[in-house]
Amino acid sequence: MAGITAYGAYVPRYRLGAETDGWDSPGQRSIANFDEDSVSMAVAAGIDCLKGRDRDAIDGLLFASTTPPYAEKQCASIIAMALDLRRDIFTADITDVLRAGTTALKSALDSVAAGSAKQVLVVASDNRQGAPKGEAERNSGDGAVAFIVSDEEIIAEQAGAYTITENMMDTWRSAGDRFVRSWEDRFTVEEGLERIMGDAVSGFLEKEGLSVKDVSKLALYSPDARRHGQLARHLGFQPEQVQDPLFGRIGNTGAAFPLMLLAAALEEGSPDQLLLTVSYGDGSDVLGFRTTANIGQGASGLGVSGYLDSGQVLDSYETYAKWRDVWLTDSSSRRPQAQSPSVTALWRESDQNIKFHGAVCNQCGYVQYPPQQVCVECQARDDSTPIRLSDKLGTIFTYSLDYLAGTVDTPLAVVVVDFEPGGRVLCMMTDRETSEVKIGLQVEMSFRKLRVVNGIHNYYWKAVPLRGGG
Amino acid sequence: MSGIKDRVAIIGMGCSKFGERWDSSSSDLLIEASYEAFEDAGIESKDVQAAWLGTVGSFRTGQPLAAALKLDYIPITRVENACATATDAFRNACYAVAAGIYDIVLAVGVEKLKDSGFSGLAVAEPAGADVNPPVPPPSQFALAATRYFHQYDIPYEEGKMTLAKIASKNHHNGTMSPKAHFQREVSAEQVANAPMVAWPLGLFDCCGVSDGAAAAIITTPEIAKTFRDDYILVKGIGLSVGAFGVLRNDWDFTHFPESVRASQAAYQEAGISDPRQEIDLAMVHDCFTITELIIYEDLGFSPRGRASEDVAAGTFSLEGELPVNTDGGLKCFGHPIGASGIRMIYEVYKQLQGKAEGRQLKDPTLGLTHNLGGRPGSFTCSVALFGTRD
Repeated sequence: MAGITAYGAYVPRYRLGAETDGWDSPGQRSIANFDEDSVSMAVAAGIDCLKGRDRDAIDGLLFASTTPPYAEKQCASIIAMALDLRRDIFTADITDVLRAGTTALKSALDSVAAGSAKQVLVVASDNRQGAPKGEAERNSGDGAVAFIVSDEEIIAEQAGAYTITENMMDTWRSAGDRFVRSWEDRFTVEEGLERIMGDAVSGFLEKEGLSVKDVSKLALYSPDARRHGQLARHLGFQPEQVQDPLFGRIGNTGAAFPLMLLAAALEEGSPDQLLLTVSYGDGSDVLGFRTTANIGQGASGLGVSGYLDSGQVLDSYETYAKWRDVWLTDSSSRRPQAQSPSVTALWRESDQNIKFHGAVCNQCGYVQYPPQQVCVECQARDDSTPIRLSDKLGTIFTYSLDYLAGTVDTPLAVVVVDFEPGGRVLCMMTDRETSEVKIGLQVEMSFRKLRVVNGIHNYYWKAVPLRGGG
Repeated sequence: MSGIKDRVAIIGMGCSKFGERWDSSSSDLLIEASYEAFEDAGIESKDVQAAWLGTVGSFRTGQPLAAALKLDYIPITRVENACATATDAFRNACYAVAAGIYDIVLAVGVEKLKDSGFSGLAVAEPAGADVNPPVPPPSQFALAATRYFHQYDIPYEEGKMTLAKIASKNHHNGTMSPKAHFQREVSAEQVANAPMVAWPLGLFDCCGVSDGAAAAIITTPEIAKTFRDDYILVKGIGLSVGAFGVLRNDWDFTHFPESVRASQAAYQEAGISDPRQEIDLAMVHDCFTITELIIYEDLGFSPRGRASEDVAAGTFSLEGELPVNTDGGLKCFGHPIGASGIRMIYEVYKQLQGKAEGRQLKDPTLGLTHNLGGRPGSFTCSVALFGTRD
């Protein structure tokens, strides 16, 4: 039998909220920093989920998103490498529809149930963009969630699945569009959300021989808060059965949304509960889970609540608009044009740049980053062992704050980080308030997008302050 | 090893006007500096038997020097070694003369920075993975300043004022340098209150960006005697290249081993045991104020962590015990990378000859130049010593 063994999540540090100058909504929503995207957030959720677990045990990775940075080129392979997973695993991107997250989770459950994999990591991540100041922007949020699906040490066993597929033009974004479009909401609610999700939930219950009252928690997709309540009532659920959709705190995180609510339900869960997660998009997936006595063993990271509670409201909408490149600035106009990174060099250096491996000298034990053929301490040649530094804590040794470096996020914090096991890196710091940057500050590493040149999304690691108080 | 001491002499030098030379090409600047050197030495271009052209990005080969000066199919080598480029071109020229290969050679450095349309150093890097942070030089050196203040427990305001005094001193010296880019007084308060560039370094903690060229004619002491009485002797040259500071988990960011090693090599060649007492003036690489502060310690002028006391005491001012950057330094000349090292030698040469006009020191006999190229953790450093004839 297959089920969920572990879960983790990621919510970006920054939020738009009542204190954000120029943002006219009372509630909060999470916003990806300028250097975050669906891939980088997926890596963060993956790290949260894998904390303290054997990464070599993962046999597959499914990445679900409506906002993959590439139209052609797999993102799961980037995520798998950043998470330092094995090479002989299967990977896939499941994209283009809000239902992608549950589809990925169902595929993983099917793989494990079929015996083709022991452990599959499912990561759903989205940062959908609505037009500035529009309804989609107001109701959306950015975030990611990850699950390990396995047949061992299950905390929530699969308890049925039901899917409806129906071509429905209610929310869409054509190739080349930046912003999500929607048809008139009265139509999309009545003939889309209510009818299709209603049929999916009743189809599930009928198939499994259950009734609405058997459900302990409903992790329900909805485009916004008002319709979430309407939908739950329409489906026949009592308010106490409905998992808090976190509108006004995170927002609709797209393909990740119903799965983030599932993760939140697991965080708050107790044994022998029936959890239902219901997605929507060209149909609807309904997945049921029965929590086990292991329910408390699934999270070793911060999870939804940990990341939710370690947020920071952005001072102004203008900053957000710059991050989303909808506020044009001349910050780059007087700098030399960026040249394309060498793909060959990216490939050659992927262990140090994407896996973030340093090396420990086998002769003298000196830890060095990046790995060296000739040891900096004892000059031993080609005799070292890789050490993953992406999950090691570090301390700021020195720093500068650059006001002219041409970054969106001025000043650019440049830091020298000493890692706990040894090893030192000079890198950028992100998700920081300027006043936080201090010698001695403890930091962790976060996978971020440096820049896009020649259509190449160039990722690397940056230091960030510890989330959740460490 | 016999070393370079007293084996080569400078008989002529030239230095272009430094600044935003909008109407001059790199070749024009080479001609301006080289012809001043020819005239100073009393030679013609046809007397040059070999040449070394230092430039980081203005030219790729030695050919443009031949084209500009119409040199007669002589050997020319283009030298690039970061901010130590000019001194390294000079060094290679000295060694060729000391080896007895040539009698009269030219070392010339040039950089044209102001054609880039960008106000910083715009030097193209080879294509790579491009994941290193886009850290401009001010930030690289700010890392050293942050750590220096921390290590020696110097409050921010006090540290800023120490750095500001260095900039202000150099600006004062620059007012007496007709060839400098900037020739006006800037008070320490102005420096300390200038807009932030890379915390804790402000605008006036940074040197300027300029175009310029400088040239030297090198020969043997024996031949030098036939040209002039006040030729200048090379007493020592050290060059140190390091590139793994950040790989060292124990490196402190508050001293630059390359400066230490290059100066020790030069001191040893010249037979100097107490640099602070024996050296009469020093032209050092003040790309940023913090750099000059750390150099005081790396070159043995001040004890570790105590250079601030010497700054406060005025030790390095024109009237002080050991004047540093008497012509205004990079602060006033800017830093046309391939030219700076020989521009420094030009000032030492003029000072030792007693021809430094309003900034002339009293009877100096031993001068030092110092270049530091790269960034903390990865430097090319050159130190050279020059003396008057006995």
